[in-house]
Amino acid sequence: MPRTLFDKIWDAHVVERLEDGTCVLYIDRHLLHEVTSPQAFEGLRLAGRHVRRPDATIAVVDHNVPTSDRRLGIAEPESRLQIETLERNVVEFGVPYIPLLDARQGIVHVVGPEQGISLPGMTIVCGDSHTSTHGAMGALAFGIGTSEVEHVLATQTLLQKPAKNMLVRVDGMLPAGVTAKDVVLAIIGKIGTAGGTGYVIEYAGEAIRALDMAGRFTVCNMSIEAGARAGLIAPDDTTFAYIEGRPFAPQGADFAQAVDYWRTLPSDAGATYDRTVVLDAAAIAPMVTWGTSPETVVPISGVVPNPDDEADAAKRAQMQRMLTYMGLAPGQRLADVPIDVVFIGSCTNSRIEDLRAVAGVVRGRHVADGVRALVVPGSGLVKQQAEAEGLDRVLLEAGFEWREPGCSMCLGMNPDQLTTGQRCASTSNRNFEGRQGPGGRTHLVSPAMAAAAAITGRLTDIREFA
Amino acid sequence: MEPFTTLTAIAAPLPLANVDTDKIIPGRFLKTIQRTGLGVHLFDTLRYDATGAERSDFVLNQAPYRAAKILIAHENFGCGSSREHAPWALLDFGIRCVIAPDFADIFYNNCFKNGILPIRLPRDVCDALMAEAAMGENARITIDLHAQVVKTPTGQEIKFEIDAHRRHLLLEGLDEIGQTLSRGSAIDMYEAARDARLPWLPALTAG
Repeated sequence: MPRTLFDKIWDAHVVERLEDGTCVLYIDRHLLHEVTSPQAFEGLRLAGRHVRRPDATIAVVDHNVPTSDRRLGIAEPESRLQIETLERNVVEFGVPYIPLLDARQGIVHVVGPEQGISLPGMTIVCGDSHTSTHGAMGALAFGIGTSEVEHVLATQTLLQKPAKNMLVRVDGMLPAGVTAKDVVLAIIGKIGTAGGTGYVIEYAGEAIRALDMAGRFTVCNMSIEAGARAGLIAPDDTTFAYIEGRPFAPQGADFAQAVDYWRTLPSDAGATYDRTVVLDAAAIAPMVTWGTSPETVVPISGVVPNPDDEADAAKRAQMQRMLTYMGLAPGQRLADVPIDVVFIGSCTNSRIEDLRAVAGVVRGRHVADGVRALVVPGSGLVKQQAEAEGLDRVLLEAGFEWREPGCSMCLGMNPDQLTTGQRCASTSNRNFEGRQGPGGRTHLVSPAMAAAAAITGRLTDIREFA
Repeated sequence: MEPFTTLTAIAAPLPLANVDTDKIIPGRFLKTIQRTGLGVHLFDTLRYDATGAERSDFVLNQAPYRAAKILIAHENFGCGSSREHAPWALLDFGIRCVIAPDFADIFYNNCFKNGILPIRLPRDVCDALMAEAAMGENARITIDLHAQVVKTPTGQEIKFEIDAHRRHLLLEGLDEIGQTLSRGSAIDMYEAARDARLPWLPALTAG
């Protein structure tokens, strides 16, 4: 029977199937960070258990690290305690660790692929919902809670039921100015924030195949914003070229053998999906969110919708609440909305390709008066690469802050936060109330759109930006 | 983990869809290395104003519902991040059961690990339960996990579905890790077969 990419990876990892269909699923790679792991290690310690496979586990700090100079230590006591706790735990349990001052440190979902830790055909988990990012390698990768982190540490398995298969096909080629971020926002707008619940989404079609790895990571990253725990893209020559030579990837003859295996992974002709969604790439425009859910998204040329047009009373009330929170009025043109802050970063858009796109837009220009613009590279190696290409000079001369790697203003756990009422054009993944700081207002956009907004001081259609 | 068998309690209506985990517990409260103590920050922005004072219009700040152990909400409850701090905060406040038309996958899983029962019921049933819950103190709802029924204050019995395995773990309050460790030999065999099949698979080191 023809199988999907998801079916193949799933089948290859079932250790045992229980009576009710729940499977003991083997986990190939377990990524840890400081926020969702302390209680898991504490659980192991209390039960006298050890880490079953330290050689399949790696830890990095990212969520609450400051993005200013870290050589002087971490000022915030609670953040420092979480980081020090992780450092004690990795020593006690013998887990490989990339320290804060290591050049490889960065956002776990940037570091994993960059180091060759995440590979096609693997099962990959992390106590973070954006683990879906690694699906761009053709791996089954999903976020788990801390109890499950403890379960994987102790057993290298998880108890799971298979997800349903969804195919999202993006046919044709993207118009100029339209990026992977716009594609995934358009998909979320189409299927809704719970549209993928219970599914693993496989992204396919000409527009997806044409994306570089950075774009593929962006698309898979936001699968969870459509409710899907995992997103997948079939591995191909783009994937293999990206992997070759990375530190933890198989080398030489091993690499060739691995590629032979990876080529068997793509979905078979005739494989069936529980749901198929098709988008026309040519019809996708640069997108921007107007509300406090990623599904509240419109083309930048659009206007804020009117709650009165919504028939369902509960949805109408929710839209009204969003507009009040966001300080927007029905019918308002998105492209006229002034912004206070621009955030370029997060596991969605902080790779070298994203920073090149930003530098390309702002080169020779300057950030608008009164706008604060931050660039937070996804990893120390991304930062080094950008500096080698002179992108840091371009950004600094344009008035951007050039910061150290971490999750930063994506989730407001470190000092990089919005204050009440501040409006931000952000390349991150969530526009929830208070996500980037209490009372902060988030508009999700692509890196190029965020860069243009920094220059004009308002949400801007990148296609009209010259 | 505390077993979940039956629960009779006040239910708080929260008629919102897409209640995300940032709303349940904002990111700035995740800097803890413990599971407990998060109840005070549950629904922080809905519950407190900018000065930190309670908002009187929020359901959990109202007299009967301060003692609620059941929460009733709309679609896609618990969407967003994987933070288990969300069920920890609910549990620390006293919530043992959440009823909604559907839940985000990771949150749904996380509930079971903490002795919280998430129950999926159709939207119209949730709305009817919310209407009854609005009667406050006199409107206690009973959850019987063994029989898989919700008993409403007016005596109606509503059946709900749940995986047999998850139901078993919850009823017994079992340590899932201990259960899986008892399958250790199956995991050993899997690993040996995999190493033979994919001999090129690299090991991770501190580098």
